[in-house]
Amino acid sequence: MTVELPAERPAGPAPRVGPAATVPAPAVERAATMRGDHIAAPVRLATVGFDLFYGTLHAVRDVTLEIASNSVTAIIGPSGCGKSTLLRAFNRMNDLIAGVRTRGEVRVSGRNILEPTTDVVELRRRVGMVFQRPNPFPKSIFDNVVFGLRLLGIRNRGELEARCEDSLRRAALWDEVRDRLDRSALQLSGGQQQRLCIARCLAVEPEVILMDEPASALDPTATARVEELVLELKQRYTIVVVTHNMQQAARISDRTAFLLSGSLVEYGETAGIFTSPREKLTEDYITGRFG
Amino acid sequence: MTSPARPKTFAPLAARGPAAARRVVDVGATVACHVAAAAVILPLALIVWHLVRMGLAGLTPAFFLHLPKPVGETGGGMANAIAGTALLVTIGAALAVPIGVGAGLFLAEHGDGRLGGLVRTTADVLGGVPSIVVGVAAYSLVVVPMGRFSALAGGVALGFIMLPTIVRSTEEMVRLVPRSYREAALALGAPRWRMIHDVVLPAAAPGIVTAILLGTARAAGETAPLLFTALGSRFWSLALDRPIASLPVYIFDYARAPYDDWNRQAWSAALVLLLLVTFVSALVRLTARRVPRRAF
Repeated sequence: MTVELPAERPAGPAPRVGPAATVPAPAVERAATMRGDHIAAPVRLATVGFDLFYGTLHAVRDVTLEIASNSVTAIIGPSGCGKSTLLRAFNRMNDLIAGVRTRGEVRVSGRNILEPTTDVVELRRRVGMVFQRPNPFPKSIFDNVVFGLRLLGIRNRGELEARCEDSLRRAALWDEVRDRLDRSALQLSGGQQQRLCIARCLAVEPEVILMDEPASALDPTATARVEELVLELKQRYTIVVVTHNMQQAARISDRTAFLLSGSLVEYGETAGIFTSPREKLTEDYITGRFG
Repeated sequence: MTSPARPKTFAPLAARGPAAARRVVDVGATVACHVAAAAVILPLALIVWHLVRMGLAGLTPAFFLHLPKPVGETGGGMANAIAGTALLVTIGAALAVPIGVGAGLFLAEHGDGRLGGLVRTTADVLGGVPSIVVGVAAYSLVVVPMGRFSALAGGVALGFIMLPTIVRSTEEMVRLVPRSYREAALALGAPRWRMIHDVVLPAAAPGIVTAILLGTARAAGETAPLLFTALGSRFWSLALDRPIASLPVYIFDYARAPYDDWNRQAWSAALVLLLLVTFVSALVRLTARRVPRRAF
């Protein structure tokens, strides 16, 4: 199901919330760029003229982009550019912060999830998230993996065990933990904990996995394992990775979006962005001239 | 310029020899810290030693199993007071733990509004109310309407004593649960109540148990709130609507009585009270530590 994007911001309903301040929108020449160089695969995620405010701070500015399914999309940019905020818009984790207002649309499989009627609990099951610091619960490895399944009301021991094994295998952790599933997850190494968090996320069968700098707290070996895992997982999932590590973005992503001060500067095939960026700002950033 | 001429170059730092003054300060500060640490232990050690010395001899089986003898006779025990204290503390905890933990959870999760501020201030003020005043309050709330002194009134008074500690400590412990646990639960599709029930409360549980123990231990030793609520009794009774004996009140009565035998029993009662509180704390801590280890 391809979502057809209007070239301009939809003129329809007025902004849902937030001040009526008009955001400068140099949309015409950007519109083509932001579609990620003619995405062939179905679009899974999209934002349309999306703005986000923390109180008076305009953190995400008029971002329009489409993200294809079964691909890895990297969001890069300097600290504080709004990349994590943009990522968290896709599962509405920004709702937890007081004083956040949004306008525009964020679409998951074609539906605008900013609608008040959205079932946020169901949304977050479909759009899983892996955080910067591994955050397993202080429970056993098994209890961590099946946490989301128990939320869904699954009580059957056999089903929980089968799904636990399946998720751990897909997260490439099964062989390391198969004989100590009842041990505390906090005894695992940092890299193992992060893969456990990925397994926990996979267990509830999400369609999309959002990763917020998933390897920045890990050592190089563990980082490499997580990167390999991301490449494997894209066969089945749509993955969006926020990273401040440009080599990492180049290694694992199909498309890269460059965000600066909340605005989307450039979005396209990763190879293109890193070899022949169209925007001067992108070039300056990836060559290390700022940020 | 009054200062002496500044040398153009300085001798290398490595050649300046051992900094004797720094070592003296280091040793002095270390000693001071050790002394302060010892000073913290000293009062408790003195109390325990004194209680053991004076009270151990009186800890016969009869002390635990018998009722007090009539005035003038020697011997007898405090079975009724030991059971009474246990009952009073249980009533107090039964009232204060659900309310206190609930309120503490509310303060940690929703406590930033006006109601939260009010609850927090109230709990703090309640914690500062002298215990004799708490006794008066329980007297007017329970004893007057019921028309007599009772175990229930004593339990209510002890509940008031426990409440502030439990509320504020629970709030602290719940706030200590890392934000990352909450985010992880919500990102997996947990509704807020499931997040609190499945993740926040278990993570905070050891701390909450400690909070409850602190509150209960303090209440177990309170005398003033019981004087005109539970009153005291020389007979065996576990009835909620009757006056009931308790260890602190016995200690209070026996310690100022003009009989040597009673004074000795007061020492023993004090030792029993201390052992009781220590024993219960140790027991609860051990079980609380075991719970999260439970295999799936």
